[in-house]
Amino acid sequence: METLMFYILSVVTVGSAVFVVLLRRPVYNVLFMILTMIGLAGFFILLRAEFVAMVQLIVYAGAIMVLFLFVIMLLNIDQIRPPVQARDIRWWAGALIAFALFGLILVVIKGIVLPAMETAVVAGQSNTELVAKELFTTYLLPFEIASVLLLAAIIGTVVLIRKQS
Amino acid sequence: MVTLHHYLVVSAALFALGVIGVMIRRNLIVVLMCLELMLNAVNLSFVAFSHYLGSLEGQVFVLFVMVVAAAEVAVGLAIAVAVFRQKGSIDVNDVNLMKW
Amino acid sequence: MDQGLVIPALLVVVKVLLLLGAVLTFVAYATLLERRVLGFIQVRLGPNRVGPWGLLQPLADGAKLLLKEEVTVSQATKPVYLVAPLIVVVCALVPFGVIPFAKGLGLESILGPMADRFSLNTGVISDVNVGILLIFAISSLGAYGVLLGGWSSNNKYSLLGGVRAGAQMISYELALSLSVLGVLLLAGSLSLVDIVEAQDKVWKWYIFRQPLGFLLFLIAGAAEIGRTPFDLLECENELVAGYQTEYSSMKFGLFYLGEYAHLLFLSALVTTLFLGGWQGPILPPAVWFLGKMFLFAFFFIWVRGTYPRLRYDRVMKFGWKVLLPVGLFNVMVTALVYTIYLQHGG
Repeated sequence: METLMFYILSVVTVGSAVFVVLLRRPVYNVLFMILTMIGLAGFFILLRAEFVAMVQLIVYAGAIMVLFLFVIMLLNIDQIRPPVQARDIRWWAGALIAFALFGLILVVIKGIVLPAMETAVVAGQSNTELVAKELFTTYLLPFEIASVLLLAAIIGTVVLIRKQS
Repeated sequence: MVTLHHYLVVSAALFALGVIGVMIRRNLIVVLMCLELMLNAVNLSFVAFSHYLGSLEGQVFVLFVMVVAAAEVAVGLAIAVAVFRQKGSIDVNDVNLMKW
Repeated sequence: MDQGLVIPALLVVVKVLLLLGAVLTFVAYATLLERRVLGFIQVRLGPNRVGPWGLLQPLADGAKLLLKEEVTVSQATKPVYLVAPLIVVVCALVPFGVIPFAKGLGLESILGPMADRFSLNTGVISDVNVGILLIFAISSLGAYGVLLGGWSSNNKYSLLGGVRAGAQMISYELALSLSVLGVLLLAGSLSLVDIVEAQDKVWKWYIFRQPLGFLLFLIAGAAEIGRTPFDLLECENELVAGYQTEYSSMKFGLFYLGEYAHLLFLSALVTTLFLGGWQGPILPPAVWFLGKMFLFAFFFIWVRGTYPRLRYDRVMKFGWKVLLPVGLFNVMVTALVYTIYLQHGG
């Protein structure tokens, strides 16, 4: 059952990622990106990381992708269709580099040997509780710094977007 | 039986697709999206490792990656909008004022 | 799949189908309720011709929608145009799966130990331990249906309606989740079943312990599903019908269905989070749950009959500058009081 789910999710996720890269209309790119995100959330649930899966849906699929869609709709980028250009040297070089990277990663992955042990699920504690404890004790300082980063991003965005008068 | 290696291969495939997208696409917004794809691929590895090593640190790190991604997207899209206002296009090739 | 799993799997499917049937029936009658109550508020009759008291009106409406001519805009982005209503309906119906509508179904004697193992006996399809997060996740996906429906129709009114809807939903989702945080803090769980069980006495209902959160939830929830006074996404005097302008026949019917499913879902969620869900004396749990749910459905209809629509910029200003700070304040005060209580009284 788990194996079946894994393969279905793999096909959905990688397949829609291919469409993200190849389709020419930005709106379709966004839609398939959302599908990729949902697939990844499915993977996270398979991996017993329910909290991260839900945050993935809320933050990535729900908020970040809406931002993309908004910008595309409001700037009307979808209407601008640049002429299809011949696949120049850069195109081929880029694809080649990516494939080489993929091969390299595969070689590295093949070499990984795991210490044999299963996840120790602490009885009576949900994944959310465990993650929260880790986040608010060991990683409290990074957590605070992350909030400062978000604040900086908000201010930066407002400054960038503001119309010069 | 699904092992860690299965997840890592999917993650590597997603990462490579993200790299291809960044390399061959010229639409600034799509390039940003492919960057997100790469971050997501890394997230998948993190969670997979976290599961198979029985440690929660991977999941905590994923949360931080999401924070950084959200900040990056907000600023990136703001830059895209600013570029669009200046140039009337968001083709990466048109943003070459600093090129020598 | 081994033999022992087939029967439980079938039973789970039956349970889901039963719930789906019940929800769809309630949604159909919510439309009738709305029209009758609005009629009453505006001193007119409302639909009362089809069947006694107009009880068959939803059937007649359904038949009418099915038989209407199907118009697809020639300039529309077809695949997106067709998928958008589906997204809305699916995202409106799926969250019902985590709402506990009754305590138990009394099936232990018939099903034996199987009932326990596959949660066939509980009054909820699935007791997800991140239930409330799942609800927010799916409702945030629901925004896409409206956004894409508006965009793909290739009509400026639709686009404006869709973009407004998207912006409004994102803005108010923050306030909505902040208003729930207080309840989650007190209940100490994200599972809706646990939250209901924490409210076993009337004075423990979170409406009394989280009055500010309750108020925030009602307002932000109404905005999230686009009810009057926040129905900027389809306000007919500015935008014709907003995102659904170019939709006809059953595709429009699906949007309509999604809208009323949202209304009922919000009522069910308020009931679960703040009014103790199925808890209540004497009457069976499911009756209590339905009673409370329809009470809130009535409340939202009442609001629609009473208040005028806000201007769009005020809606956004209100969400960001009033609801959000008040929500943060509520969370902080709750956390502070709860900590002090734990250290001294608990």
